[in-house]
Amino acid sequence: MTATAGAAHLARLGARRDRIMLPAWCYVLIALAVGTAYSFQGLYPTPASRLAFAATISANPTFQALTGPMFDLSTIGGLTAWRIGGLGGALLGVLNILLVVRHTRAEEEAGRLELIGAGVVGRYAPLTAALLLALGADLVIGAVIGGGLALLGLPVGDSFVLGMALAVVGAAYAGIAAVTAQLAETSRGANGIALTVLGATFLLRAIGDSAGPGVRWLSWLSPIGWGQRIRPFAGDEWWVFALPLGLAVLGCWVAFTLVGRRDLGAGLLPARPGPATAAPGLRSALALAIRLQRGVFLGWLIAFVVVGGVFGAVAKDMVSVVTTSPQLGRIIAQLGGASGLGDAFLSAVLGLLGLFGSVYAVQAVLRLRAEETAQRAEPVLATGVGRVSFAGAHVAVAAVGGALLLVASGVVTGLAAGLRSGDVGGSVSRVLGGAVVQVPAAWVLAGVAVALFGLRPALTGVAWAAVVVCVVLAEFGPSLRFPQWVLDVSPFTHVPRLPGGTLTGTPIGWLLGVAVALAVAGLAGFRRRDLG
Amino acid sequence: MSTAISVSALRKTFGRTVALDGLDLSVATGEVHGFLGPNGAGKSTTLRVLLGLLRADAGSVRLLGGDPWRDATALHERLAYVPGDVTLWPNLTGGEVIDLLGRLRGGIDRRRRDDLLERFDLDPTKKGRGYSKGNRQKVALVAALASDVELLLLDEPTSGLDPLMEAVFRDCVTEEHERGRTVLLSSHILAEVEALCDRVSIVRAGRVVDTGTLADLRHLTRTSIEAELAGPPRGLADLPGVHHVRTEGNRVRCEVDTDRLDAVLAALTSVGVRSLVSRPPTLEELFLRHYRPDQPERVAAR
Repeated sequence: MTATAGAAHLARLGARRDRIMLPAWCYVLIALAVGTAYSFQGLYPTPASRLAFAATISANPTFQALTGPMFDLSTIGGLTAWRIGGLGGALLGVLNILLVVRHTRAEEEAGRLELIGAGVVGRYAPLTAALLLALGADLVIGAVIGGGLALLGLPVGDSFVLGMALAVVGAAYAGIAAVTAQLAETSRGANGIALTVLGATFLLRAIGDSAGPGVRWLSWLSPIGWGQRIRPFAGDEWWVFALPLGLAVLGCWVAFTLVGRRDLGAGLLPARPGPATAAPGLRSALALAIRLQRGVFLGWLIAFVVVGGVFGAVAKDMVSVVTTSPQLGRIIAQLGGASGLGDAFLSAVLGLLGLFGSVYAVQAVLRLRAEETAQRAEPVLATGVGRVSFAGAHVAVAAVGGALLLVASGVVTGLAAGLRSGDVGGSVSRVLGGAVVQVPAAWVLAGVAVALFGLRPALTGVAWAAVVVCVVLAEFGPSLRFPQWVLDVSPFTHVPRLPGGTLTGTPIGWLLGVAVALAVAGLAGFRRRDLG
Repeated sequence: MSTAISVSALRKTFGRTVALDGLDLSVATGEVHGFLGPNGAGKSTTLRVLLGLLRADAGSVRLLGGDPWRDATALHERLAYVPGDVTLWPNLTGGEVIDLLGRLRGGIDRRRRDDLLERFDLDPTKKGRGYSKGNRQKVALVAALASDVELLLLDEPTSGLDPLMEAVFRDCVTEEHERGRTVLLSSHILAEVEALCDRVSIVRAGRVVDTGTLADLRHLTRTSIEAELAGPPRGLADLPGVHHVRTEGNRVRCEVDTDRLDAVLAALTSVGVRSLVSRPPTLEELFLRHYRPDQPERVAAR
């Protein structure tokens, strides 16, 4: 028997277990890429219209920061590559990380790998199977995107280069996740480390692409940046493929080496004994919820502070980069002058942080369902803790935690921007306001998760679909000119654009009302339903 | 004597599966009551209904004088529960879980907690993910036994415990009994129920098919005998207290009421005994002989 015996069986098992989730991801990613190109064809059919569009967006460095570098916007393919290169690569990265960890560390943690490992299954088989599944998905997504773009009439070669550029970015993160799955003892930890790496590399390329030529090299430290620098539809830099592929190979090699050296179930960090008695404060459902969620929250807090600080600090450079090119002066003036440009950038960053805040809040609420299905809710609910206090504790952690994240990042962003511009007090209060108005929208999505948990527990995971819809509407809605009623589906559409825009109370009141109503409905449903 | 638990005509379905089909159960205050049945008979479902975790479809349920669905939290402060399959939070230590569950129930007896940890030989500093199945079970048992409550609901509490720890568990339950606490012990191990319980209810396919003291249910405590004799057995079936006699040549199998063993053994030795095996009947044998499904199609559907 070889060390990879059984890998093919395990890969088939994995494909069977993911028969809903994996095609759904593939569909979303493919639809995103092909749909973007299709919409651009309708919106900007002539070279002149495309150049006019390019002139508008290249005046605003927010687009370089949050989307990616603009290599050649004169063709449909070039526009599509710019629009989806960054976000598509990041989403493929998320898919690869979740997939690899789900079929390695998560299985091991649940003890199922022990059952499998007792069969004719080699030591390396589970990791091999997980990587086969992830790389297979990358290849399929890349190929179908290439084929879809070619069918739309785009140059065939470049279409497949773009598809494969996205696929290799995914493969690079599969390699990273393979390593983190060996380092951490829990799947939560493995996902956390890998997603932190993903966030950090997204940030590196955002700074490198937007904050002036001096730091452009930062983009070369990021797999997402590599994917963009393959330059599909803008000169095809073939050699750049070697970077993400090399990282993928390196990650796999490190991971297989680590697998060969550790025990089943163990991480590289040994488990330490803990306290023999509980701290005096651990005496309520809320205390338990905080205890269970505090580690994850601290991780998110660090990420929010770093992202806010970095974007706040570069806000001033955005303005100077652009004002050096005189022909853009008129466009900048239309956007409200140099300060208007800085505000537009900051409000876009805060909008992004608001989306991230909703991701935090939704995952914090979903912890409830995880506690229930793992049968850890049962012993707690068999004590004096009522249903509403049990669920309410986690909902409170989600709501308060999400608000704290946005407030903290608002303060740090404002502080960093203020230190650069010389007006700390004014900057902090303006940016903080822009962060706080995101909170009700994030709460609406958390409310959707609570309502699903209480009323349709089997469908709790659908809350992620709501988050994805909001991300797609926020990121693609405006540039693809979705109709207003479609955009209005997302709570984030109703958030006032601050700083720079005008603060209106009505939409905020509505969002708060909807969030509270959803949460109350969910908690009432949970009181009345069976556990399990 | 007052009643701690009274259930009548309880019905619970999950989709098309009928988990409880008109279950009746009555547990008197201060007794240790065995809830005996094979896997999938509805024991855990009954306990979850008693805890207000599941809502009954029909029938009436009273627990410590209250309604387990409506008065769940108030009742839970007076009872402790050990689930059949204990899962712990991976990053909390056993000691933390014991303290937490005790406090959520309204208080924990420190001295008793430490005493139980020692008796069950449990290390409270290990994290949840580091415990074996048996040790997770011990964490839940210590948390339940160290609480000052009136009623203990135990769902197959010894699954995963070694025989030494099973003995410790039996001692603990006996002590709880002496203090006047009520215990509902769900189990599929006949010997455990026999050793601990005052009364037994036997559940099959969502119904209680038999209930009473062990003396009432004498067939539970019969001895099953298998012997190889020097010649063909004579007159065994005519002896009082002998049941289900089957002979194949010189081999004989039968069940004997425990107080009638003398006469049976005398009859066997009069022929000459080559080999002899005697043991209590297994639950499977009991169910085969005494609680044969009267509606086979329902059993097949489960």
